[in-house]
Amino acid sequence: MINKVVKGAVEAIEDIKDGDTLMLGGFGLCGIPENLIAALVKKGVKQLTCISNNAGIDDFGIGLMLRKHQVKKMIASYVGENAEFERQLLSGELEVELIPQGTLATRCMAAGYGMPAIFTPAGVGTEVAEGKESRNFNGKEYLMEYAFDADFALIKAWKGDTAGNLIFRATSRNFNPIMAMAGKITIAEVEELVEVGELDPDHVHTPGVYVHRVFEGVNYEKRIEQRTVIKKS
Amino acid sequence: MLDKNGIAKRIAKEIKDGFYVNLGIGIPTLVANYIPDGINIVLQSENGLLGMGAFPFEGEEDPDLINAGKQTITTLPGSAYFDSAMSFGMIRSQKIDLTILGAMEVSENGDIANWKIPGKMVKGMGGAMDLVASAKNIIVAMQHVNKLGESKLLQKCTLPLTGINCIKKIVTELAVLDVLPGGGFKLLERAPGVSVAYIKQSTLGKLFAEDDVPEMFLD
Repeated sequence: MINKVVKGAVEAIEDIKDGDTLMLGGFGLCGIPENLIAALVKKGVKQLTCISNNAGIDDFGIGLMLRKHQVKKMIASYVGENAEFERQLLSGELEVELIPQGTLATRCMAAGYGMPAIFTPAGVGTEVAEGKESRNFNGKEYLMEYAFDADFALIKAWKGDTAGNLIFRATSRNFNPIMAMAGKITIAEVEELVEVGELDPDHVHTPGVYVHRVFEGVNYEKRIEQRTVIKKS
Repeated sequence: MLDKNGIAKRIAKEIKDGFYVNLGIGIPTLVANYIPDGINIVLQSENGLLGMGAFPFEGEEDPDLINAGKQTITTLPGSAYFDSAMSFGMIRSQKIDLTILGAMEVSENGDIANWKIPGKMVKGMGGAMDLVASAKNIIVAMQHVNKLGESKLLQKCTLPLTGINCIKKIVTELAVLDVLPGGGFKLLERAPGVSVAYIKQSTLGKLFAEDDVPEMFLD
């Protein structure tokens, strides 16, 4: 079996350079590639275009990269939890493209399936449709949206094997499997790295063919954005 | 006049047994508390879950298990997880029977604005544009008037649109209304103690109202 293992986050991102386009998995802070983001912050690469559903919070996730002005352009669907983001956006330091969440997901999917574009009704008649080609199918209007073209996809899985097969856990799956399929080079950090043969092929969510580098992450914080609980009486 | 829980309670009556339902943030989330006994539904959370349950007990929260509002939640027996593309696939292909979401404005032809206030709020649309563009059945939970008493049910939305010609039913603190296929709001029910005249005065868009409109039945 082909071995995809790299030593850690620093080695994994060695060839990411200024101006690259990155996809980053996660929804809010759930399922984000914490180790890879920390390595990018440490490396200090700049002028990045980041495709991710959210932009982290002020002091975690992509927010850490924003704070160091490493992001030139952010493509996301919802950025409400980040004051620094809003500041950079309003001051014009940061270029932002807000797109519907389903469009974001499906543009990832299209890239991973080798399809150049998709048609979606999301955004028809709104400012999202401005300048876009639209087409009528069966009496309903659809926007043509292009597949993403990303240099790297940085994703987080629960378990992975040395061949890059991945399994996700609960709702931390979110954008990770589709971004894994979409990156020209996909780097996966996993909570637990196992030998080939230890994962049941029936349970694999992302086949190793889509994953170029894999490593076991360390010191996961897994921060919770909205801790909602019922008090035990 | 209804409070937020009253609006949620009234909307809950629209939910039928066997429905797959997507609840937006705010008042729509409260609807889950008022599902009538004997009605079995499955809640979808568009970050990748069918079968959403209540909040976890203190100490049992799982950072890998959240809803679309980023709140910690639990799952019910029979739940399933999936990725974001499949999540919006089931929304686009109308497998989700009912979407309930909030709005800042709705127009008499069923346009909705709920994602952006230019110069003030730039949070993004999240999944709202996908939901309104594809759902076959959308109920809007909203305030009929703003804090200044100005109508939010308009001839034409003033805020950037989320979707066009898509809203068919609205529940506000004052009334239940349908959006007619040819345009205009049709007053179906009044909130307890609210007059037809008051609803007329609070609705800027075209309103069709009989003289005798029944009061909502909430219990």
